[in-house]
Amino acid sequence: MLKILKYSFYDLMRSRWSYVYFLFYLLLGLVLLFLNNDLSKAVITLMNVIIILVPLIGTIFGVMYYYNSKEFTELLLAQPVKRSSIFLGQYFGVALSLAMSLVIGLGLPFIFYGIFNSNAIGNFALLLITGAFLTLIFTALAFVIALTNDNKIKGFGYAILLWLFLAVIYDGLFLMSLVFFEDYPLDKFSLVATMLNPIDLSRVLILLKMDISALLGYTGAVFQKFFGTNQGIILSSVMLILWVSIPLISIRRIANSKDF
Amino acid sequence: MRTTGYILFFLFLFSWKGWSNTIEVCSGCNFKSIKSAIEAANPGDTIYVKKGTYKEYNIGIAKPLTIIGEENTVIDGENKGEIITIQANNVTINGLTIVNVGTSYTTDYAALRVVKSENFLLQNLKLQRLFFGIYLEKAKNGKVLNNTVMGDAVEEFSSGNGIQLWYCQNVEVKGNRIEGVRDGIYLEFSDEITISDNISSDNLRYGLHFMFSNNDIYENNVFENNGAGVAVMFSKFISMKGNTFRKNWGTASFGLLLKEINDSEIINNNFVENTVGINIEGSNRINYTNNDFRNNGWAIKVRGACYSNIFSRNNFFNNSFDISYNSKLNDNSFDRNYWSSYTGYDLNRNGIGDVPYRPVKLFSYIVNRTPETIILLRSLFIDIIDFSEKVSPVFTPDNLMDKNPLLKPVSHDIY
Repeated sequence: MLKILKYSFYDLMRSRWSYVYFLFYLLLGLVLLFLNNDLSKAVITLMNVIIILVPLIGTIFGVMYYYNSKEFTELLLAQPVKRSSIFLGQYFGVALSLAMSLVIGLGLPFIFYGIFNSNAIGNFALLLITGAFLTLIFTALAFVIALTNDNKIKGFGYAILLWLFLAVIYDGLFLMSLVFFEDYPLDKFSLVATMLNPIDLSRVLILLKMDISALLGYTGAVFQKFFGTNQGIILSSVMLILWVSIPLISIRRIANSKDF
Repeated sequence: MRTTGYILFFLFLFSWKGWSNTIEVCSGCNFKSIKSAIEAANPGDTIYVKKGTYKEYNIGIAKPLTIIGEENTVIDGENKGEIITIQANNVTINGLTIVNVGTSYTTDYAALRVVKSENFLLQNLKLQRLFFGIYLEKAKNGKVLNNTVMGDAVEEFSSGNGIQLWYCQNVEVKGNRIEGVRDGIYLEFSDEITISDNISSDNLRYGLHFMFSNNDIYENNVFENNGAGVAVMFSKFISMKGNTFRKNWGTASFGLLLKEINDSEIINNNFVENTVGINIEGSNRINYTNNDFRNNGWAIKVRGACYSNIFSRNNFFNNSFDISYNSKLNDNSFDRNYWSSYTGYDLNRNGIGDVPYRPVKLFSYIVNRTPETIILLRSLFIDIIDFSEKVSPVFTPDNLMDKNPLLKPVSHDIY
């Protein structure tokens, strides 16, 4: 598996797209810092970008990589290599290179700007960690979709739909149910609904760390109380890890039983 | 000849009596305590209290006197109770430092209390470790100038107010600095009060608190980092000019809370980094002119029962929500304000946008209805519905708009 991971990783590191992705974040970080001159504000703007773009790019890139390297995968399958290690190796190659582009691309301008001497370092670290997690989650989901659909167009369609659902439609349903059931106590419900969607969970985790959390009022206080405890932090990390591991397990299962 | 001598002598004595006498208090003087000096003094006398620490409390002043302290004149109440009580007209207190006022749950002990008196002047005082600071009770025509009140309040129930006015009239409160008490300045049933150039910060509850007080002016004050901000309630004809409300940031904080305020003016104020700039409830006929709202969570939160308010020539910079509104009815007018989130254009270049601006976002309307939805703040879905509502308003009051939004911020003389 490690060999395949290494191969995929170096293959991607040499590819144009990784550089583009890396340069994009580098530029974004630089521009934000030059325009804003305020680290914590830049972190908020970055959050907006990260919770939308990172999942999108993770999904598209994952699907694209799978379909592009399909011939090579079939060649590998003919060799005496375990199936799961082929696919997991490819997955980690893609996910890690994407996460690295994100962390280094955003990290460099902020380090030069002096993030280490600022009290925004905690928020920034949280931002990068959730960004990396989102990359892992959505690349895994993309692999699951690609494995189950041999039709490229269909695969891309489902991938986009998945992103659209988690980034936009889910919040719409969430909002509608909140408004519809406004006569009932909704704290528990909104906590659970937030936990179930990795994008919402990352957004709330970052928001609660910012000054802006004061806007959240009473609801924010409930969330703060929950996420402020060790239990809340453990639960939300478990949730994120679950979001990575469940697709990984399905990748294994599907790969093992799939007929190529 | 002898009689004339007597007459002259008596005249001299009389005039000498008539002129104010000067009494000194210090550890080596005839009078070692302030109390004994006050007892011996005649009306109109001046008492100089030399530097040193005087452990006294319950000092009653029942005749017109002037008491002047030096830089290090400290009256230490040793937490036993009230320190100075004035019950006479024409009293001046200047330059004393008063510390350790007693805390009580039944009596409002103050560092300095003025009861039913007129023409008092309290200035350059330093009050520290106190319960209530300066407590004016049914007092008239006085001045409270350039005092420093530094409290160390921790809990609301066991702390008092910095400067409290109760049933007062025509008092000037100017140039004071108040920190770390419950309410910085508190007014109840007090009319014709002028509050200016004060700095009220880091107080537990309100920087300034008005109740049932009419015809008052407060201007050029700074209210910063107070527990909840400034509250003006149940009052009429209040003029608020040139004040700065800054960093009142917290889940239940606001810059300025207006509740049941009618016929007032809010002009040239700065609202910077407050959770809510102005929270308005049941307030009518108020003019909001030339104010700046910068980086607030909500610039203005209108809670209901607010009619005939006019917002004009204000600047709204980078607030998360410009205006929040909880009803479909609108009787307030917005005209010629600058909104930093305005995206319209100005083809005829007259400085006024050609497309009206709608300051109420759909999301702020939803949040008002169902507060839990705030958890979706900064979600992509919210941006999308806000945009669609902006294009064609369905839920927000359709006449709530600024028909003449300015393209450039209004420049004020302040800042």
